[in-house]
Amino acid sequence: MALLEVNNLHTHFFTRNGIIKAVDGISFSIEKGEILGIVGESGAGKSITGFSMLGLIDQPGKIVSGEIIFNGVDLVKKSEKELQKIRGNEIAMIFQDPQTSLNPVISIGDQLMEAILYHNKKASKKDAYNASVDILKLVGLPAAEKRMKSYPHQLSGGMKQRVVIAMALLNNPKLLVADEPTTALDVTIQAQILYLMKKLSKDFDSSLILITHDIAVVSQLCDKIAVMYAGRIVEYGKKEDIIFNPKHPYTKGLIECLPKLNDDKERLYQIPGIMPSLLSLPEGCYFKDRCEFADKECDVYPDQQDIEGRRIFCHKVK
Amino acid sequence: MTKYILNRLFHSALVMFTISFIVFFIMFKAGDPVELMLPPDATQQDVVDMRAALGLDKSFIVQYQKFLVNVSKGNLGNSFIYGQPALDIVFERMPATMELAVIAMFISVLVGIPLGIISSIKPNSILSRIIMFFSLAGISVPVFWTGMILVLIFSVILGVLPSSGRGEVYLFTSAFTWDGIKHLIMPVATLAVFQLALILRLTRTGMMEVLMQDYIKLAAAKGVPRKVIVYYHALKNTLIPLITIIGIQFGQLVAFTIVTETIFAWPGTGKLIIDSIQNLDRPIVVAYLLVISFIFVAINFVVDVLYTFVDPRVRV
Repeated sequence: MALLEVNNLHTHFFTRNGIIKAVDGISFSIEKGEILGIVGESGAGKSITGFSMLGLIDQPGKIVSGEIIFNGVDLVKKSEKELQKIRGNEIAMIFQDPQTSLNPVISIGDQLMEAILYHNKKASKKDAYNASVDILKLVGLPAAEKRMKSYPHQLSGGMKQRVVIAMALLNNPKLLVADEPTTALDVTIQAQILYLMKKLSKDFDSSLILITHDIAVVSQLCDKIAVMYAGRIVEYGKKEDIIFNPKHPYTKGLIECLPKLNDDKERLYQIPGIMPSLLSLPEGCYFKDRCEFADKECDVYPDQQDIEGRRIFCHKVK
Repeated sequence: MTKYILNRLFHSALVMFTISFIVFFIMFKAGDPVELMLPPDATQQDVVDMRAALGLDKSFIVQYQKFLVNVSKGNLGNSFIYGQPALDIVFERMPATMELAVIAMFISVLVGIPLGIISSIKPNSILSRIIMFFSLAGISVPVFWTGMILVLIFSVILGVLPSSGRGEVYLFTSAFTWDGIKHLIMPVATLAVFQLALILRLTRTGMMEVLMQDYIKLAAAKGVPRKVIVYYHALKNTLIPLITIIGIQFGQLVAFTIVTETIFAWPGTGKLIIDSIQNLDRPIVVAYLLVISFIFVAINFVVDVLYTFVDPRVRV
């Protein structure tokens, strides 16, 4: 049985201007120890998918329907109190911007220790302190004891992200959701942090959902890839298949956008146009206005096709 | 830390010096008190004599120099009208003003912050809307109106509260006697309405902004209970700007109780300064403004030091 199985999940936002279907019927699954990459442009619903796993959807948003089966239980049906016990304990999250994800007026040590103390009532302050120091060492933060007393402004961006990762790993979670964990970091630090996350998720035997707009990152780390567009998954399958043999025109476009070292082009490839607003989606396939293959057939949203072990939504792939 | 405090103290001294110059200069230019002090049938010789006796015949520079020398000895001059040391007169009136300001501020903070938090957690609930309606009214209604309406209702119509004076005073304050408390209620309420509304609204805005931050969401993602997030993670961040505002507002309260004191005939410094300005009683005006400035400077100094405890980013 898969560790996590998401079935037909809908997370909608009820705004004054209308209903924004940020996540509109997505399904995927993750085995134990597996790494799933969710790729897509800004506003495709990747982050909302991640927050849905923790039940952390702010007003006016809501999980409208669907299932999130985690370890055999449906998280959508859980109460806020039950979810609180799961958050940071069985499912943990790493945020995009380390500059803003640590509380500026609480010491690193206190922020780490509370993650233990609220989940393990039997743990003493000393246990929590020792565990926190150990985990800081594990993520490669120099002078861990000294750092426990530091405040976030005294740390660099890369160090802060290490703290955030340490915080997520404190309770040895079964699933880690990383929302663009390297976007706000220097390129040199990015590789370190990605390698660290891959290593730690293997060591801790945790599954990982890696949310990113950077398909290069996904291709390095993941076992499976889901490509999201305008709130839906358009292509989903094994990494090798999707990176080396993309079928959906959108996935092809994303990979085409990457700069290649041995290539002397003046300009990089761009997918023409922008993603449609979630408030005014076109009839039929959401990608049709930017797709070079689109024709009449695309005026109806494509059905799911299962081709060679991958799932794809496109009329033009047969 | 010591260097920081010394630095702040030096700044404070500089501010005080500048204020003394400005105030002295304005009062010098404001007019000649001698004409007001002498009876209408006084001779020209009387005027000249009186001017010489008060030292007002000298040039501005000489007068200011003499003033500075006296200040360094702790002497701010004698009142032209009362003949007593100006500082003593101001200090004699200060407890009455202070008790109004302190009690009003205490109530505003104690009520304003919790209500602000409540209305920030669920901004669209009915309770929040009621709180916001009254806070909007509180911040908009002028002080003199609040004061007079209170007098109309509680003194004139219901006849339960006295409309003027300070009542029985025990140990510098009327807060320890029942009669004193009855006299305090309306002036304090008048002063507190605006401050409470202001603190409430600032708390709410601050909390709403902080609650949207990533670190609040991360705390929730760690499984920290909502109550702890609101009252520890968020409130600690909101308090930082709030401390500054409370400090400034307290200074304002002490300095601008004038209207309230006039309505309730409260024998504080506000009433003293109005009378002294009308009489061109320069020593009292200067002494009063210096004392008020000193309170402002002292509060700012305390706020600066408090900051280093609340906000690790300014720790030195």
